[in-house]
Amino acid sequence: MSGITEIFDDEVVTHALVRDVALPGGAGTMALITLDNGFDHTKPNTFGPRGLTELDAALTAIAARDDLAAVGVTGKPFIFAVGADLKGAALVRTRAQAEELGRLGHEVFRRLGELDVPSFAFVNGAAMGGGLEVALHCTYRTISSGVPAVALPECFLGLVPGWGGTQLLPRLIGPANALKLIIENPLSQNRMIKGREAFRLGVADAIFEPADFLEESLRWAARVVTGETAVSRHPFIADAGAWQAAVDGARALVDLKVRGASPAPYRALDLVELARTAGRDEGFAAETAALADLLMGDELRAGLYSFDLVQRRAKRPAGAPDRALARKVTKVGVVGAGLMASQLALLFARRLEVPVVLTDLDQERLDKGVGYVRAEVDKLLGKGRITADQANRLKGLVSGSLTKDAFADADFVIEAVFEDLEIKKRVFAEVEAVVGPECVLATNTSSLPVTAMAADLWHPERVVGFHFFNPVAVLPLLEIVRGERTDDATLATAFAVARTLKKSSVLVKDSPAFVVNRLLTRFMGEVIGAVDEGTPIETADHALDGLGLPMTPFALLQLVGPAVALHVAETLHRAFPDRYRVSANLAELVKAGKPGVYAADLSIDPEARKIFEREGGTGPSGEEVRDRALRALAEEVRIMLDEKVVAAAEDIDLCMILGAGWPFHTGGITPYLDREGIAKKVNRRRFLQPGVASVPA
Amino acid sequence: MPSSRDVVFVDGVRTPFGRSGPKGLYAETRADDLVVRVIRELMRRNPGLPPERVDEVAIAATTQIGDQGLTIGRSAAVLAGLPKSVPGYAIDRMCAGAMTAVTSVAGGIAFGAYDVAIAGGVEHMGRHPMGEGVDPNPRFLSEKLVDGSALIMGMTAENLHDRYPEISKERADAYAVASQEKVAKAYADGRIQLDLVPTATRKAAEGWGLATEDEPPRPGTTMAGLAALKTPFRPHGRVTAGNAAGLNDGATGCVVAAADVAAELGLTARMRLVSYAFAGVDPEVMGVGPIPSTERALRLAGLTIDDLGLIEINEAFAVQVLAFLSHFGIPDDDPRVNPYGGAIAFGHPLASSGVRLMTQLARQFGDRPDVRYGVTTMCVGMGMGGTVIWENLAWEGAK
Repeated sequence: MSGITEIFDDEVVTHALVRDVALPGGAGTMALITLDNGFDHTKPNTFGPRGLTELDAALTAIAARDDLAAVGVTGKPFIFAVGADLKGAALVRTRAQAEELGRLGHEVFRRLGELDVPSFAFVNGAAMGGGLEVALHCTYRTISSGVPAVALPECFLGLVPGWGGTQLLPRLIGPANALKLIIENPLSQNRMIKGREAFRLGVADAIFEPADFLEESLRWAARVVTGETAVSRHPFIADAGAWQAAVDGARALVDLKVRGASPAPYRALDLVELARTAGRDEGFAAETAALADLLMGDELRAGLYSFDLVQRRAKRPAGAPDRALARKVTKVGVVGAGLMASQLALLFARRLEVPVVLTDLDQERLDKGVGYVRAEVDKLLGKGRITADQANRLKGLVSGSLTKDAFADADFVIEAVFEDLEIKKRVFAEVEAVVGPECVLATNTSSLPVTAMAADLWHPERVVGFHFFNPVAVLPLLEIVRGERTDDATLATAFAVARTLKKSSVLVKDSPAFVVNRLLTRFMGEVIGAVDEGTPIETADHALDGLGLPMTPFALLQLVGPAVALHVAETLHRAFPDRYRVSANLAELVKAGKPGVYAADLSIDPEARKIFEREGGTGPSGEEVRDRALRALAEEVRIMLDEKVVAAAEDIDLCMILGAGWPFHTGGITPYLDREGIAKKVNRRRFLQPGVASVPA
Repeated sequence: MPSSRDVVFVDGVRTPFGRSGPKGLYAETRADDLVVRVIRELMRRNPGLPPERVDEVAIAATTQIGDQGLTIGRSAAVLAGLPKSVPGYAIDRMCAGAMTAVTSVAGGIAFGAYDVAIAGGVEHMGRHPMGEGVDPNPRFLSEKLVDGSALIMGMTAENLHDRYPEISKERADAYAVASQEKVAKAYADGRIQLDLVPTATRKAAEGWGLATEDEPPRPGTTMAGLAALKTPFRPHGRVTAGNAAGLNDGATGCVVAAADVAAELGLTARMRLVSYAFAGVDPEVMGVGPIPSTERALRLAGLTIDDLGLIEINEAFAVQVLAFLSHFGIPDDDPRVNPYGGAIAFGHPLASSGVRLMTQLARQFGDRPDVRYGVTTMCVGMGMGGTVIWENLAWEGAK
C-alpha cells in the first residue's frame, strides 16, 4: 500500500487507540477503539492510508486475543469520523491507486464485521461517509441523540459510498431508507440527518442521550453480549419486488435531479440494486470498481474542487482587506420598503440583531414593509424556529420611518430602490446629509455602476456594492463590489456584515452586472437568440440539459421575471453591444405582461410561442445551441478574467455554484468548459491547470 | 406552613473513586461530569421519581473553582438534563460537604419546603489540590486563633497521636491493614459494586475507558509494608500515606425525601433520619470532631452509643477513628465499625465522602434487619465533626 500512502503525504492521521474496558455486569472485556486524530472537534477524524493502516494493526492485535467478549469503536469528543481524507483523494493519479484506496478501506473495515466476537460502534458524534461505513461494518450500533450529522454525502461530491456503504446499509435498513441516505439527501443540498432520525431509520440499534452516551452504550452492549437484550433484523433481501421498486423510484428521482449529467448517483443506484443478491466479496469489489471509475473521472474532480471552494475559498474571500479594519455595525438603515427591502430588513435584524429602520416616502408602503417583517417573524415563531422572546426582540428591532432622519446613528445603510442611477444617486445624497461620515452606504444594485453612484457624494469612499440573490434568505452568495474609490475600511465592514449574515461573499470589480448576472445573461442571450432565429422553444430550452443545471434557461427567465431579465440584458448590451443582444421578442413578451414562456401547467403558453414564432425560420439545432451557449460562456469568462472582474477563475466558479446553483460536477463552469475542450477551442487555453479540477495528467 | 415530617434516605450512588494525579482514572475527566453521571444514575435507578418532582439539588465541593465552581448543584442539574424548573446550589463544609448537603435538604424537607431532593458532593483533588486558591487571614496566626499546624491535615493527625499517646503507630497501621482487608472482602462479596455507577474516562493519548471499580484500594497491604512508609508530616512521626486516606477524585449523590412523598411515589425508603449534629473543636486536633458531634446527635435522638448497631466513620486518618473508638470504649476491631472498610482503602475525595458513608450504611441496613440504628460520622478541617444518626427501615422489630 506504499503507493497511496505516499500520495497522501500530509495526511492528518486518525489514530486507533485501544483500551480494555470491563463491560458492566460481568459481561467480559471489550477492546474499545477510540478514533482520534489528536485535534479538537474543529478538525474531524478522517481516513487516509496511514489511518486505515493503524486501524488494521489495532484489529490484528485484537483478533489475536482470546480473552475478549466484544470489540467497540467510538470517536473523539463530538466527532465519530467524517469519511475519507478528500484532500488526499484529489491527489490520486492512476486507476491502480484509486483501486488500492478502495480495496484498503474494504479490507480494514470489513474485519470489524468478521471477528470471532461481536463488534459495536458507539456513534458519539458526526458520522459521515467512510466514518458511517466504519459503524455499518460493526455487528451493532448505538447512536447519541446529540449527533448533529449522519450522512453518506458521496453522491453530492460525485462519488459513491465506496467502503461498504452501498452494500451494508440497504440490507440493514432496507433499500428505500438506504437510498434516502445514499442518494436523496446528497442530491438535496447535501441534507444531513440527526441522531434521532438515524435511529428511527434503523441505522442504529439503540439511542442514548449525550450526557452519558458512552457509559449507557457500554451497558447496553454488555446486555447484548450476555444475551439479555436481543437485536432483531428485518430480512429486507427476501422481498425482491420491494427492493426493485425502491431502486426504480430512486432512479426516477435521479433522472429528475441530474438528468444524466453526473455519473455518481447512477453508479450508486446500480450498487444498491446489486446489494440484494451479491455476497460481500462481489459487492465490495463492485464498489471498488465504481470508486475507481469515478475517482478517475473529471466529474468527481470537479466536485472535490467545488467542495473545496465552498468550504475554504468562500470563507476567506480573495482580495478581502484585513478583517481588523471592519467597523462595528450597531444600527442598519434600509432605503425602500418594497419586498426586497423588507426581506433585507428581516435578514439584517435576524443575523445582526441590531435595530433596522426602513424608510419610504409612502406611509402605506412603509406599513406594508414593516408588516411583512412582522408576519415573517410570526411564521418563524409558528414553526418553532424562534422563541416568543426572540420574536418580540426581532419585531422590536424593525421599524419604519417616513424621513431619513432615523438613519442619523446608523452605521450601515443599504438601498433597495428602483434600478435607476439618478434615483439611487439622489437617495445616497439624502442619506449622506443625515448619517455620520463613516456610515457605509451599500447598494443592492444588480447592474448599475457603483462608482457612478458614489461620484457626487462628499464621501464616495464609503460606497460599496452589496448584491444579494433572490430569495435573499436562501441563496448564500453576496457579490461585494468595490467601486473605484471604495476604501478598505468600507470593504472590510461589508465583508464582516456578509459573514454575520451567514453569506459567502466574493469580491467583484465594479463592472456591468458583476459576475452571476453577466454570465447568466450571456448564456440566456444565446438560447433566446436561437429561438429568435427559429429554434423551437423546447429544443433550445433543453439543449443544455447535459450540464445538469438546477433549471432550464426559460425556467430561470420565469423565476427572474422577463422585465428584470430584459433590463439587465439592456444594461449589458449598452456595455458590450457586440456580445450582448437584446431580443425584440423578449421585449414584446414583457410588453405583453407575460410571466414567461411557460403556463402554469408547465406547457408552453401559446401566446408566448406566438411572440417568438418566426415564419419559415430554421434556427440552430439543439447541439448547435449548446455549442454556441458554451462558447459564449468561455469567451465571456476569459474576458472577465482579463478585465480582472474577480481575482481568479475560482471566484467565477464560486459565484456560479453559490449564486446560480450550478452543480458541483460542473465545478461551477470553468472546469466543465476545460474538460469539454471548449475553453481551448475558444480561448486557445484552459482556465485551470490539469489536476486542479480534473484528473491529474 | 412549617411542618415536621420524617425524612428518609432513598438511594445513594457514587462514581468509582480514582487516585489523583496524572496517571489517575480521572486525570482528564471533569469534576462536573462526575456529578452529572451520579445524578443521571439516581434518576435512572428510581424511575418512580418524576424529574420535575426533584425540588433541590445540593452539591458540595470544597474547592469551588473551575469545573467545581459555577454553583455546581445548579449547573450539574442542567447538564444532567433535569428540568430547568429544578433549582440547585453549591455547599461547602470541606470533608463533610456531602453530609451537610444531606442535612441541609433534610432540614428543608422537615420544614415542608421540599418533598424530594438530591444531595451529594464531588472533589477532584487532582484538578483542585487541597488548599487551591485559599487566602488564610493573617489574624489566625498573629492572634494565635489557631495553631500553625491547623491547616495541614496530616499535622493535625500527628497532634492527635500526641493527645492520645496510647494510640501508637502500630495500632494505626493495624487498623489500616484491616480496612484494606475489609474493602477487599466487600468487593469479593459484591457489596460495593451495587452502588457504583460505571463512569467514562477519557485520556487524549489513550482514548476512552470506563471506570468500574475504585482505584485507590491496595489489597494485600501488610504491617511490614506500612512500617516502611515515610512519615511526611513529622520526622519519626506516626502518620503515613498508608494509615491515612489518599488524594482522590470522585463524586457521590443520594435521593432524600419526605417519608410520605417517598411512599406516594413508590420509592423505597431505606433509612429514616433520626438526628444530626455538627460540632467544633480546636482546629489543630480536628480529628476529634466526631466525638462531640456524635454525643450531641445521640442526645438529640435520646439514644446512647450502645443503641448503634452500625458505625460508618470516615477514615481520614486511622488515628482519628481510633480516638473516636477509644472515647466511646469501642474496640479497634469492633465488627460494627466500617464493616465494608473505609476511606483508608476506598479513598476520600473530600466533599463527596459523607454520602458514601450513608450509601454503605443503607446497604448494610438491608443485610442486617437485626440492627435498628446506625450512624455516619466524620471529622472536618478547621476543627469540626459531623454526625447523622439513621434508623434502619428494614429493621425486623418494626414488622
